Amino acid sequence: MKILAKYEFDELVNKWIAEDPREVVGATHDGTKFVFDDIDDAEELRLDYDLTMLSPKKYFFPQRERLVQYDTNENDYAMVQDWSEESRIIVGIHPYDLVAIEQLDDIFIDAQGDEPYRRKRENSVLIGVTMQSVSEHSFAASMGTARTETGYDLLVTELEDTYAIEIGSEKGSGLLEEAPTKEASLEEVEAVEEQKAAVESKFEKGIEFSPKQLPSLLKEGYDAVEVWDEYADGCLSCGTCNVVCPTCYCFNVDVVDYMTDEVGETRRRWDGCLLEEFAAVAGGENFREERVARHRHRLMRKGNYLYERFGDIACVGCGRCTKQCVADVADPSEIYNELWRSVNA
Amino acid sequence: MPEKIEATDHGPVHYEPEPATLVRREAFTDGDSVFAFELQERDTLGHLPGQFVQLFIPGVGEAPFSVSSSPTDEGPFELCIREVGKVTNAIHDLEVGDTVGIRGPFGEVCDIETFADNDVLFIAGGIGLAPLRSMINYVLAHRDWFDDVTVLYGCKEPAEMLYPAEVRQWEQSDIIDFRMTVDGVPEGQTWDGNVGVITTLIPGLNLDPENTYTVVCGPPVMFQFVQQELDEKEIPHEQIYLSLERRMHCGVGLCGHCQINDLYVCQDGPVFNYEVIKNRPEALS
Ligand SMILES: Cc1cc2nc3c(=O)[nH]c(=O)nc-3n(C[C@H](O)[C@H](O)[C@H](O)COP(=O)(O)OP(=O)(O)OC[C@H]3O[C@@H](n4cnc5c(N)ncnc54)[C@H](O)[C@@H]3O)c2cc1C
Ligand code: SF4
Ligand code: SF4
Ligand code: FES
Repeated sequence: MKILAKYEFDELVNKWIAEDPREVVGATHDGTKFVFDDIDDAEELRLDYDLTMLSPKKYFFPQRERLVQYDTNENDYAMVQDWSEESRIIVGIHPYDLVAIEQLDDIFIDAQGDEPYRRKRENSVLIGVTMQSVSEHSFAASMGTARTETGYDLLVTELEDTYAIEIGSEKGSGLLEEAPTKEASLEEVEAVEEQKAAVESKFEKGIEFSPKQLPSLLKEGYDAVEVWDEYADGCLSCGTCNVVCPTCYCFNVDVVDYMTDEVGETRRRWDGCLLEEFAAVAGGENFREERVARHRHRLMRKGNYLYERFGDIACVGCGRCTKQCVADVADPSEIYNELWRSVNA
Repeated sequence: MPEKIEATDHGPVHYEPEPATLVRREAFTDGDSVFAFELQERDTLGHLPGQFVQLFIPGVGEAPFSVSSSPTDEGPFELCIREVGKVTNAIHDLEVGDTVGIRGPFGEVCDIETFADNDVLFIAGGIGLAPLRSMINYVLAHRDWFDDVTVLYGCKEPAEMLYPAEVRQWEQSDIIDFRMTVDGVPEGQTWDGNVGVITTLIPGLNLDPENTYTVVCGPPVMFQFVQQELDEKEIPHEQIYLSLERRMHCGVGLCGHCQINDLYVCQDGPVFNYEVIKNRPEALS
């Protein structure tokens, strides 16, 4: 563990902004809310945030992104990959978002070999931060994601006048090479541990059982229609809960022509399984026509389906969906708890 | 300038279609035609019976289609396509010589070889004949591996028949027992065969359930009723396969559109074992 004075850390960030070929982005406040965005100066960082609007997922799996460019002019039929190779230093990622990115890595890179994702992801550096504030909507501690030992290149914990920095990878240590760091003392190491532990008790929400039990709870609770109905009844099928989620990754593929039929591109765009047309096909069939079927699908996918396939619980408990749902029916912790009570009644 | 994609440059990358030329088309009905394509940069598609491809029309979009030719058929691969919307309309506007984009083949299929030394029963409803045809012709190409081969084919009306020339051959062939029915015969059409939905053909079959493998493909409503009849015949569920369709946007297990509970039609299917799928509530509802 390394120690840097706060002003030295700021200088380091400013040096990246000035000199590093990668774009520096971080947790900041845009005047109305916390967001991940470009920063022009370390002063803009807000490492004390509670919850950002979107997670850094957007940097590897953007809301819209080109997959293939085509040009069918003059019989020279070309369909080419032309994926942006953006690279970033992302500063201030909370542990639950680091866990979410690790999951997406497992799926996009290891399992499915998705090139557009891999390029952006592997060109980027993740700088985590130990949580200082906790959103009233978050239940990450109960999901075991309020702290993490993996998934970051650097992990920063704010101490009094300094930052303690844990190094998670060579990429991370490379960033510190020229910084005037010193080794952390035993007291500083303990102070970091205390902070991480203290955060866990700040959560107001939580699931009332171990996340390990979620997959089997959902399997058992699939037919607990009363519970699903209770929440689905108010749902507006707006898909906001999907869009803000750090682990949701469904998409549509559209064709966008450049004002001519011959030249254009295919683009993927975030989609949401709560939207009415998500499973509709030509001919009028819709395989998840009922709102309750879509609502349940989202929660099954998070707690059971993706776990069965990839081994990860796909809800990290950030609370974004809870915060953004205008109908107040998206909160996974509430629904899972209710299901727990119903199944164990 | 971005490099042109090489046919060999597939690797883990699944998004670039490879160019294919339409070399032949033939209309079966007002809305259904067969289209034969040749890949421009590879000799064969290399598919297994039951697999599908994503067909891309620049400026319009992409959609999944089962390969209806068997890998044992020489020459270009065939898709039998019903005109129902944007992409399928654009395909029906293609002329011989036009180029389209192809990705695939995709999908997990049943290993037909495991049917060897048993009877095989195919049940196709409507456009469901397209995916089954690749399997039927595969089985016919290796006819001596199998015992009795039966094909049941149902369509709405006589004029909706797909592959009419081949159907006539099958009807006359003594290496398969081919039976067909139509739901009804509208005025102006003639028909001297069976009339009734496809399930009405099943009770009359003389099946040896323990030794019969069945593959079913048709519109979603058909499955449940066919399954009831197959249960009457006591065909073990592990010996029944269904080819299912869902909305698809990627074909590679990511976009989420094709999910049936925890299963992905694009990767775990489109051909599923009934024993596997029957306890997935979203599969046959
Ligand atoms: C594994 C598989 C095999 C298929 N095999 C055949 C076949 O052999 N012959 C045939 O005629 N049809 C087949 N279909 C159905 C065919 O894919 C749809 O008819 C086609 O997607 C409709 O597209 P469209 O643009 O014409 O219709 P629109 O209604 O304009 O559809 C727009 C978009 O919605 C999506 N979509 C709509 N319906 C479907 C659907 N049924 N399946 C998947 N995506 C859909 C597609 O992304 C499509 O581009 C198959 C579908 C699947 C999943
Ligand atoms: S649960 Fe809430 S956010 Fe999600 S679709 Fe329904 S109303 Fe929208
Ligand atoms: S489901 Fe909700 S709480 Fe869970 S990770 Fe997604 S947005 Fe966060
Ligand atoms: S088609 Fe995208 S996941 Fe199956």
